[in-house]
Amino acid sequence: MEIWDKEGEHRLISIKDVIKTYHSKGGAVKAVDHVNLEINEGEIFGVIGYSGAGKSTLIRMLNGLEIPTTGSINVAGREVSKIKGAKLRKARQEISMIFQHFNLLWSRTVADNIAFPLEIAGVPKPKRDQRVKELIQLVGLDGREKAFPSQLSGGQKQRVGIARALANNPQVLLCDEATSALDPQTTDSILELLVDINKRLGLTIVLITHEMHVIRKICHRVAVMEAGKIVESGPVLEVFKNPKQPITKRFVQQVTEPEETRDTIDHLLDRFPHGQVVQLTFVGEAAEQPLITELIRQYELTVNILQGKISQTQHGSYGTLFIHLDGDEREVEKAISYISSQGVGMEVIENG
Amino acid sequence: MDEFLNDIKWDKLIEATNETIYMTSISVVATFIIGLLLGLLLFLTGKGGLWQNRLINFVIAAFVNVFRSIPFIILIVLLIPFTRALVGSMLGANAALPALIIGAAPFYARMVEIALREIDKGVIEAAQSMGANHFQIIFKVLIPESLPALISGLTVTTISLVSFTAMAGVIGAGGLGHFAYLEGFQRNRPLITLVATIAILILVFIIQFIGDYFTKKTDKR
Repeated sequence: MEIWDKEGEHRLISIKDVIKTYHSKGGAVKAVDHVNLEINEGEIFGVIGYSGAGKSTLIRMLNGLEIPTTGSINVAGREVSKIKGAKLRKARQEISMIFQHFNLLWSRTVADNIAFPLEIAGVPKPKRDQRVKELIQLVGLDGREKAFPSQLSGGQKQRVGIARALANNPQVLLCDEATSALDPQTTDSILELLVDINKRLGLTIVLITHEMHVIRKICHRVAVMEAGKIVESGPVLEVFKNPKQPITKRFVQQVTEPEETRDTIDHLLDRFPHGQVVQLTFVGEAAEQPLITELIRQYELTVNILQGKISQTQHGSYGTLFIHLDGDEREVEKAISYISSQGVGMEVIENG
Repeated sequence: MDEFLNDIKWDKLIEATNETIYMTSISVVATFIIGLLLGLLLFLTGKGGLWQNRLINFVIAAFVNVFRSIPFIILIVLLIPFTRALVGSMLGANAALPALIIGAAPFYARMVEIALREIDKGVIEAAQSMGANHFQIIFKVLIPESLPALISGLTVTTISLVSFTAMAGVIGAGGLGHFAYLEGFQRNRPLITLVATIAILILVFIIQFIGDYFTKKTDKR
């Protein structure tokens, strides 16, 4: 069954009305609660949530490691939630997965770990060796073929994990907190590798994470999960520009508003009881307008830049700027209404 | 001293050592196969296992626990009718084998189960996510990933088997135990008992050395 949506994009994954209930001593727990999602071919789709939000259960249902209690899951034309046995195993060769803790076989070398899924698929030895060579190159592990996992760094282990996942030319790559055990620098290099693979092979990637940084850096679309439900979803830039739910706002703050900003602002609000502290949000082209210059030219104000930051997402840049406007109360008001007429996101920060 | 050494029948000592090695090697091979099988079944039918099945797990666990708990010397006596039916005699090295295997295999099965439990669940899940079937999971993941523990467990079991053969020797199975008991103890020649003990010790040290070597060699963690 192939479904095409309005924009003519090919839908690769569709999750319909999925509920997953666990029975524990304390009663039934709904880990995933009425989730509906559509993921397009070639897309990098992120699901963000805190631990226990149900995102791990959700991603594990995409390759049949968990079976939904009700609802259906269709991946690459297969009803993953229904098939069993040999059919499911065959499907899993096309829906591969990488893990937070890499899950490599310590008893095998890098090359043999990458060859493992090929052995499972019954690929003959000469072809296997050929494919392993290609994959080692693809993930940048040349010269490490004969090393054992214990001799590798975390980032290298995840590269082996990625190579292993790509071995059977899958249609989907599922990433289960794939960078959560890595340091920030290594995280970035792994994310770059994922983007590279997505572009080069057109591979659809579904990832779950609790780090907004990961979403910002590589995802095209994002869904925010809380208590088993998807509370918000959309293109990453849209969600950054206009987060609706409180939880989404908190996640967006992870990348746009470092801890110290809050402190600085509180401090400034104390120091300048006059005027207003305003947070401006620029998305895409808006970031290029000479807004501050216009403000100073047209209004009798002092403009004090407190803090600014620009983040890159897959679909353009996103910036935040905190400024302090001081002057005649009416002038400040006029300035604020001018800013809001310029297509720039704006929020007046109140004392508190 | 020379007189004493002349007293020892060296050819008999060598023969006895060979018998002990014979009984130990045959029973180790059988114990390894049966113990591995039982251990795998215990693990796979256990809670959260691939073939989770409470009944089968209970039956195997009960069998293992019963035969692991019976003191070996009593087990030999209990198994006399079974051995007679199987081997046709109660004398000689072959007659010791059924008791040795039935005594050691359950012991090893528990060690196999413990070794398999040590495997990271994530690795098994990773294999499943690649579409591995149960056969592939057993032979490509479970056994290779637990190999060092399987080998060190086998080393311990083999050393127990050496001492089991000595006990079996007392009731007519031959070997170093038989030699020490018959030639040394009953004829009141303690030096012979001592020499037989030294032979057993050397055997145990060699087994431990080989076991440690392979445990280390297979452990790439």
